[in-house]
Amino acid sequence: MAKELLKGNEAFAEAAIRYGLEAYFGYPITPQSEALEHLARRMLEENRVFIQAESELGAINMVYGAACCGVRTMTSTSGPGFSLMEEGLSYIAGSDVPAVVVNMQRGGPGLGNIQPSQSDYFLMVKSAGHGDFHPIVLAPASVQEIIDMMGLAFDLAEKYRTLVLIAGDGSLGQMMESAELPPMQPFPYPRPEWAVSGAVGREPHIITSLDLSPEGLERMNLNLQAKLAEIQKHEIRWKEYETEDAEVLLVAYGTTGRICLSVMREARKQGLKVGLFRPQTLWPFPSARLNELAGQVRVMLAAEMNAGQMVEDVRLAVAGKVPVHFYGRLGGIVPLADEILAEVKKL
Amino acid sequence: MSAIPETMELVFQYPESLTKKNTHYCPGCTHGVIHRLVAEVLDELGVRGQTIGVAPVGCSVLAYYYFNMDFVEAPHGRAPAMATGIKRVNPDKIVFTYQGDGDLAAIGTNEIIHAAHRGELITTIFVNNAIYGMTGGQMAPTTLPGQKTTSSPFGRDPRIAGMPVHISEIMAAIPGVVYATRQSALDLPGINKTRKAIKRAFMAQQQGLGFSIVEVLSTCPTNWNLDPWAAMQWAKENMIPQFPLGDTRVSDEVAALKV
Repeated sequence: MAKELLKGNEAFAEAAIRYGLEAYFGYPITPQSEALEHLARRMLEENRVFIQAESELGAINMVYGAACCGVRTMTSTSGPGFSLMEEGLSYIAGSDVPAVVVNMQRGGPGLGNIQPSQSDYFLMVKSAGHGDFHPIVLAPASVQEIIDMMGLAFDLAEKYRTLVLIAGDGSLGQMMESAELPPMQPFPYPRPEWAVSGAVGREPHIITSLDLSPEGLERMNLNLQAKLAEIQKHEIRWKEYETEDAEVLLVAYGTTGRICLSVMREARKQGLKVGLFRPQTLWPFPSARLNELAGQVRVMLAAEMNAGQMVEDVRLAVAGKVPVHFYGRLGGIVPLADEILAEVKKL
Repeated sequence: MSAIPETMELVFQYPESLTKKNTHYCPGCTHGVIHRLVAEVLDELGVRGQTIGVAPVGCSVLAYYYFNMDFVEAPHGRAPAMATGIKRVNPDKIVFTYQGDGDLAAIGTNEIIHAAHRGELITTIFVNNAIYGMTGGQMAPTTLPGQKTTSSPFGRDPRIAGMPVHISEIMAAIPGVVYATRQSALDLPGINKTRKAIKRAFMAQQQGLGFSIVEVLSTCPTNWNLDPWAAMQWAKENMIPQFPLGDTRVSDEVAALKV
């Protein structure tokens, strides 16, 4: 496929179709509504399921229902909608069904605004619903990466029967850049054996997150934790830039990671030994590699569009080996490369 | 199980759509009766193997122990949204929700109203016993004026808590609904009528006519502090005047169904 000029929201929506999305359920919210609009037209053209739900609660529970049938299903939203969806996310995690949710983050708390932000890091990585679980959280930094991660998200969701989140932000959703969509994949994907499909010639399949006995629920939790441990073993992803001789290591993901690439390049031009570490999975977090790098750099600077969320994981990872500084902008302000470079020069 | 002698005819048995597990329901609770009616209808229509049920949160949260078919368990009030997701990716299956009055008429009003408005091809069995059973007898949206519950200790005061929510009448105003009816499981004639209503509702789904809902007036002897017989009488004397029995919406196509 040739490269085209694509908008982030439309790109992930179209990529989802090509990767076999069978049912989309969503509710309009800025800054991701173009995805819902794109799917409203394209899903019907492809004779697949699209519903504009009555709320994000409705949308996530429709996703939950479709997920119990083992089809490729997803929704997309932004912070206020994500808060509402957390109920359903917890049930999805508790009943081991695969589903994908894109969160194009905007400024909060409350109604906040509609500008880009990364202030839902805690919400997605640490606290995506009640109970003990983590979703896989993918963090794209370009339109191309959102497209590629859409396919990865479905594959991981199905491989581990788990919830996968894509942590975008308003600027990734709204930006246009040249990117390549995948070819249309064979459709529909075969449905897995465990799904509900009508109990003919077999025992009924029951999909539930309920177990009233403490022993039973502990067992269920231990199974879930064992699965999460497998994910931690195999699915950590990140990108490194000029880390070999770096004295200062920038740590940033998504849009901020991309800005920090410019910071790093400018710093190198000015003779500063700066490297960049960009997590592509926020959970599982690339802690072990960061810990290694802490053995060779002098100092780290975590940059985020929030008041300091991922930086806590960076500090946990390096375990005090090096100082970890933080620079963040709030309220939907995207930091300029010059601002971050000025911070680097202070270190 | 011993074989039946040739001279005898088998006249009563478990429906295939029920498992043989003992239920956890309290003595005198009508959930068991209503489960059986649903199961008999699914057997009669021959659709057990094509059916996917959605259980609620509430006393019937474990309905999937007792129904012998594929089942999922929904978050509180969200069963119609889950059922929407299931039915839209399985248009050839029979999908139903089984919900109580706290689940459907309080936390789940948004989901039920919009599923009905979209005319989802699903069926809802709505069990109304005017109280929250599983959480210990709190006031429900359907609790009667003056009725004492653990969260309306002086009786439901309409000036504070409003009047009971009438779901079947709300459903009557929704174009996507082809069949809405309120029946009771309080005596044999009521149970027989409820069975017929449930059959009509599932047939409406089978024919692809639209959304169907059967409200069933029910009892909660435990939380009403009444013995099972007194609970039946209390419901007849107090609930039926507040929640009149009968159809509130029947499309022409549903009326023409041979039940």
